[in-house]
Amino acid sequence: SSHEHKLNFKKSKEVCLSYIQDAMLQKHWKRAAEFLTFYVESLEKDFSTQYMGPSEMIWRIGTEILCHHSHSSMKEFNSFTEQMKTLGVKRYLKVCLEHAFHLLCNGLIDEAYQNLSLAESWRFGEQTAIQDKEMKLIQAYRGLLDYYSWSKQKTILLEHGQDGFEDLSVEQEMHSYFRKAAVNLKEIIKIPGVWDLFVKCYVDLLEFYGDHNEARQVLNEYAYNSKFPANPNAHVYLYQFLKRHGESKKSLISALKILHDIVPSHELMIDFNTMLQKSKKRKKRRLGLEVIFAALDYAGWKENVKAWSCLARQVKQIVISEKPLDWIKQEWNSRKDWWPAFHFSRYLAKRNWQENESLSYEKALVAGILLGKDCKYFKYVSHQGCKAQVKRFRILKKFVNKHNPVYLRISG
Amino acid sequence: RDFNERCAQCSEVNWGLTDGGRFYCRSCHNVTERTREVVNTDFISNTRIQTISKGLRKQEKPDGGCEWYVCEGFQLVLKKQAEALEALGVCPQMKDEILCNFWRRYLQKSKQAYCNRPAGETVKALSVCDSSTDVDSEPERPSLLHLSLSESEGDLQTDCSFASSTSRVSESTSVCSGSVDGSLYLMKNQREKLRMTMPMTLSFCYMALLWLREPMTLSDLLRFVVEGHIPYLNVFQHFPEKMKLCGLDLKIFCVESWPVYEEVYNKMLELAAFLDLPRFPDITDSCFLHPDMLCMKYLMEANLPDELHNWTCRVVKKICIGEADFLTLVPGNKSTRNVKYDVLAAAVIVVVLKLLFLLDDHYEWLLSDFAEESNKNNKEGGPYFAFKKWYKVIKCSLDVEQKKLDEERAKYLWRCEKPLFYSAKKKSKVLKRRQMVVNLQNQFGKLSGSVQPAEKPKPSSFQLSWSEENTDGSCFHGHSLKGILQEKCGLLTAMNPAYWLCTVKLCTEKLCGHLAHYREVDFPQSYHFVLRLFSFLLRIQPSHIHDEVCVIEHKLFNKKLCKKSKYNTRLRK
Repeated sequence: SSHEHKLNFKKSKEVCLSYIQDAMLQKHWKRAAEFLTFYVESLEKDFSTQYMGPSEMIWRIGTEILCHHSHSSMKEFNSFTEQMKTLGVKRYLKVCLEHAFHLLCNGLIDEAYQNLSLAESWRFGEQTAIQDKEMKLIQAYRGLLDYYSWSKQKTILLEHGQDGFEDLSVEQEMHSYFRKAAVNLKEIIKIPGVWDLFVKCYVDLLEFYGDHNEARQVLNEYAYNSKFPANPNAHVYLYQFLKRHGESKKSLISALKILHDIVPSHELMIDFNTMLQKSKKRKKRRLGLEVIFAALDYAGWKENVKAWSCLARQVKQIVISEKPLDWIKQEWNSRKDWWPAFHFSRYLAKRNWQENESLSYEKALVAGILLGKDCKYFKYVSHQGCKAQVKRFRILKKFVNKHNPVYLRISG
Repeated sequence: RDFNERCAQCSEVNWGLTDGGRFYCRSCHNVTERTREVVNTDFISNTRIQTISKGLRKQEKPDGGCEWYVCEGFQLVLKKQAEALEALGVCPQMKDEILCNFWRRYLQKSKQAYCNRPAGETVKALSVCDSSTDVDSEPERPSLLHLSLSESEGDLQTDCSFASSTSRVSESTSVCSGSVDGSLYLMKNQREKLRMTMPMTLSFCYMALLWLREPMTLSDLLRFVVEGHIPYLNVFQHFPEKMKLCGLDLKIFCVESWPVYEEVYNKMLELAAFLDLPRFPDITDSCFLHPDMLCMKYLMEANLPDELHNWTCRVVKKICIGEADFLTLVPGNKSTRNVKYDVLAAAVIVVVLKLLFLLDDHYEWLLSDFAEESNKNNKEGGPYFAFKKWYKVIKCSLDVEQKKLDEERAKYLWRCEKPLFYSAKKKSKVLKRRQMVVNLQNQFGKLSGSVQPAEKPKPSSFQLSWSEENTDGSCFHGHSLKGILQEKCGLLTAMNPAYWLCTVKLCTEKLCGHLAHYREVDFPQSYHFVLRLFSFLLRIQPSHIHDEVCVIEHKLFNKKLCKKSKYNTRLRK
């Protein structure tokens, strides 16, 4: 490598920065701090035409170092961050926000709250309008902390209520926190984005004060407004809400349908399938089959007894009623090439039998139907089960033998 | 001048002014006791004729500053640099006489002083400002109308805003510079008169050193600058309080890059010609700058055997580069190639190494093995020089030093306590920033652990040193070349019969600025290593040394090259 013998300000700071980066990647915080001291003079030449100028670099790097350095303290961090706030007015709110995060992560909730409140009251000409997004975030987090305070008051109130105390002041405080929190939380969730925590808290508040309509509207917006990014959790929250309020199966199913589309492997798919199986409508039952098969495509479900029992139940049902076998055929078509190795290998048969008898039972049933009585899995498990004189395995064996022709029709 | 007495010694009337304010005779250097009354004695000697004759001159400005001219600033810089050089051991003559006189001559030639019509006067006619100023004002006040900021090289983009209206120039200095003529200085047409720049101060210094034949090469000088022993970076902080710098002055006096060898050297040549200097004092073989001497020094520093010196002398003699006529600078003489003494000496050593060791990544290791064998068998007498061992030792040291140097580059600090601002408006912002920088340096400095700010290393001419007292055998000065030499006709020659030329044909400097084009991949690793070593010592790119090597080779093998129409890269010696 050719070593340049020239050097100018810009180049020497670039080189310095690369030394800082190296030190940080290797977690040599002392060394990083050392080189940072040589880097900081680039502030005196900050003409900030670059995307990320020296002042932002110093803020970010300094924060990292102070977070990890063994000799650094919260006090140091605070004093550093305060300096950074004065460095660039364009970044003021961002620094405030990150400062608050840091305080929260260190459990300094009151300080964080003070910081956020202070930042909220900041005004700086046209910058205030430009940094509107950051301001909204600040307000939202302050609202979250208000919710947290409300929650604490609520707990106190309930305790006192149990003890028979009436506490007016606590109640009033609680209500005032509610008002403050509600205002800010409501604002932030209007903006398209991912606001899981805020939504949950807001809905919690609304439910407590009995405003179910508003809550439902909020959740619907969050889940169905196309401007918002696709978010599985939105549908989960909606579903949970509807369930809590005893809504009809129809609405519950429609809430979960989208979840199935987005995240076929979601844990709620079991509930979903259970509901669908019980439905009177053919279409729904068909969907149920699709749902459970899709869930079991995922490795995370391989050993889930409940899921297998759902599938087993449904398959059994269809086999007994002898219709509609087409459904099974359709679902099995795209899976017959890889499910055998994925779920029904001899190795798995052994393992499942050893580790979890119920699992092997359910799986054996499915295997027996889909792959016939001569398949490795069924043969092994049923043999073992009968050997061990477990009643249900004998029944299982009979059942599969009886319905073996079904297999032939499916596989054909 | 006012002073018209005849000199006591030589009866001439040719007076100059020493730094101390005394008159001295330019013809015979006789210093008199007569001093000129200077109004501001705390101000370093100014050289403007008009102002001297006018008497009351320095008008105090409301902010406590005074009027000053750019060339006065540079004069201060040169003074500081000369003092530093004196502290390094350069003879005082340099500062008191040589540099002084060069500078005065420069001022004269560029019509900034010591002449009847200073440069700025032509601007006066175009000035919008009428004589609302009082009698003592300087005639060379530039008009705001004529300022152009098309000079946008470098990083110092000023954010001065210029009034586009033809406002009157006020009595106090324009907003654009603390100096009176800062803006004028940067105007384009100054270029013909060899406008003074910071790098040029080093050209002045080097020129003076060369005139006196001081034992300091240009690479030494520049290294001392970078190491901080010679004021260059932030030298303006030594300006007196009253000399306020702002605006365009920053562009003139602020330095934000290390001086570049080529630039300083070429400027020196330009300067020497511009000043109409005569032939410089002869460089003879007793001078430090003579290749024989410099080769000795570099051989020591490179930890090579002393015996190699015989060879460098032989090469020098053979291609006649030891002649005074070749080595001595004759300003303005375009026909002679100008000599870079340090590069030349280094290149000679490289050529000698090639002659003896071939350096084709093969032969030198072979020789090395033989030498080591001999050393094992023959314990008495001095050890034979083995390239391999030398390579290991040097590589190790070189890597360590290079790493240190790289870190120093990353740690280089450009700013100083004295803040710079373009205009009074910016002052508070600049000061705040400076304060923040200091705070941050303190805060993170504490977190650096026990790292103390490195003390400036004592300036030394040698960057690497080797002592024969080291018992680990890492010093090769006393090693013998016996293993690689043979006797032929009473003369010692190398056992190596071959040689490869770096380049078969030299390029024309005018076309591409280089005589050859060096790419590491095209040459043997050993060759590159040797170049790298000297590149580090001289702080210049390997390609510069390579160029010089090519030139030397072409001189050395001149006959053979002329004879052959077809080329082999390997020639028989």
